[in-house]
Amino acid sequence: MDVQQRRRIAIVGLTAPAYLWLALAVFLPLSAMLYFSFLTVAPFGGREAELTLKHYRAFIDKPLYRDLAWISLKLGFHVTLICVLMGYPAALALARYVKGRWREALFLLVVLPFWSNALVRTFSWTMVLRGDGLVDRMIQAVLPWAPSLDLLFSYPAVVIGLVHAYLPYMILTCYISLQAIDDSLIEAARSLGASGATAFRRVILPLSVPGLIAGTVLIFVPVIGSFMEPRILGGPRAATMLGTVIEEQFTRIFNWPFGAALSFILLGIVLLILALSYPLLRRPMQAM
Amino acid sequence: MERVGGWLVRGYLGLVLVFLYLPIAVMIVMAFNRSPLYELPIVFDTVWFQALAKNERLLTAGFNSLWIAIANTIIATALGTMAALAFQRYSFRGRTLMQLLLFPPITIPWLIIGTSMLVMFFWLGIGRGLHAMLLGHVALSIPYVIVVVGARLKSFGTALEEAAATLGANPWQTFWRISAPVMAPGVVAAALFAFAVSFDQFVISYFLAPPGVSTLPVEIYSAIRKGFTPEVNAISTIIIVVSMGLMLLFARLYRFGGER
Repeated sequence: MDVQQRRRIAIVGLTAPAYLWLALAVFLPLSAMLYFSFLTVAPFGGREAELTLKHYRAFIDKPLYRDLAWISLKLGFHVTLICVLMGYPAALALARYVKGRWREALFLLVVLPFWSNALVRTFSWTMVLRGDGLVDRMIQAVLPWAPSLDLLFSYPAVVIGLVHAYLPYMILTCYISLQAIDDSLIEAARSLGASGATAFRRVILPLSVPGLIAGTVLIFVPVIGSFMEPRILGGPRAATMLGTVIEEQFTRIFNWPFGAALSFILLGIVLLILALSYPLLRRPMQAM
Repeated sequence: MERVGGWLVRGYLGLVLVFLYLPIAVMIVMAFNRSPLYELPIVFDTVWFQALAKNERLLTAGFNSLWIAIANTIIATALGTMAALAFQRYSFRGRTLMQLLLFPPITIPWLIIGTSMLVMFFWLGIGRGLHAMLLGHVALSIPYVIVVVGARLKSFGTALEEAAATLGANPWQTFWRISAPVMAPGVVAAALFAFAVSFDQFVISYFLAPPGVSTLPVEIYSAIRKGFTPEVNAISTIIIVVSMGLMLLFARLYRFGGER
């Protein structure tokens, strides 16, 4: 056996198991799903399936489904915006104003919820947001005239739960890019006469854009595909969006081809977002 | 002025932490409340933990989760580490493409991957069940393992291994005496990641769970939907305390052990 041959065997032997597994459990299923989205019915139990575009056409023709996509996009936009507004200042504070052991401890506390179950964290909000709950009582004790806080099963509840789930992503990605900024750049700006605000606007903010974009993508994509958080926190009233409708097609209505078509429309939206952000993301991704 | 700014900054960070931890704290407090309807004032009681000990469904689901997570950790860490080694040690045609293929499983929403698995496994006759869940969990964990172990290998380069080979070590010795110890912290981190991906996995398991078989997250979800939940508080409290405790421990070990 020559060196070339041994090399080839080593490469194939090392990579094949992982990639065969990925092919069987991810790429093949995605292809099957794409195929299904063009079928009239699921080809099980001896049913004859024909190729069709009707599921995609239903999405275009029926305003109901376009509205669902629109609701999902709006939810993604709201959650991401709030995460930026809350997370960026927190990342800035951590990266530039807190030093030493305090920074380490605070950073750990911010990323720690990552490691706890997402379902459990969503569930915990049902206890906080319900009317006459602990937080409601606390507010009433301080401000007796305040109206009762009964947010559970509403759109704001879904937004709050999702912000809580994804805020650490935004803080993390912004922190990484903010922390990498060389202090001497800011000192140079200041010594050349820039005010603190100008230095922030002209130096810090532009240099931290990659972190902001990375965080936005990491949050927006899973939020528009979410169904568990809307179901638990939105209840019957506020849980109708693309994610929950897709889930229903597979678990209750059993119109798999239509569910598949909706999934690929969702995937199309995701890919569009990734493609739009790719030029801005390329640099941070290469550094990975 | 500086001091005022400093207090503002700390106050703001404090508020963010309150937002992140308040619901978790409320949930834990309610696990020790006697009222099944979360009524106030709180009467301290461990009745829900006792009920949990007799709740067969939740306990079975818990063991299922644990077994899947352990099997997933072993398989995904092994396969992923092998692939990471190949990527770092050899340059070959198709390597870049193979590395790009790791992004879809990470970035495509789990809802789409989960429903696709349901369709495919049904079609192939694999069906639903714990074996199908394991198949899915491993596939989702492999990309993370490759990225984490790969980053560790990259930061060390190949100089040490070349030196060992030059000094007469055979490939086997080089691997066990040089590569393995160098990789170890990365492999441990990747294994932890794989365990978390599987143990916390709800979406994939939800679609691949047949009636009567479930993992902890699936069981918790159906309990929440049914609306009777103090036992869910109890088990959630255990999960949160154990996972956060392990993470804190790991953060300490990793800092003081791995990076030196």
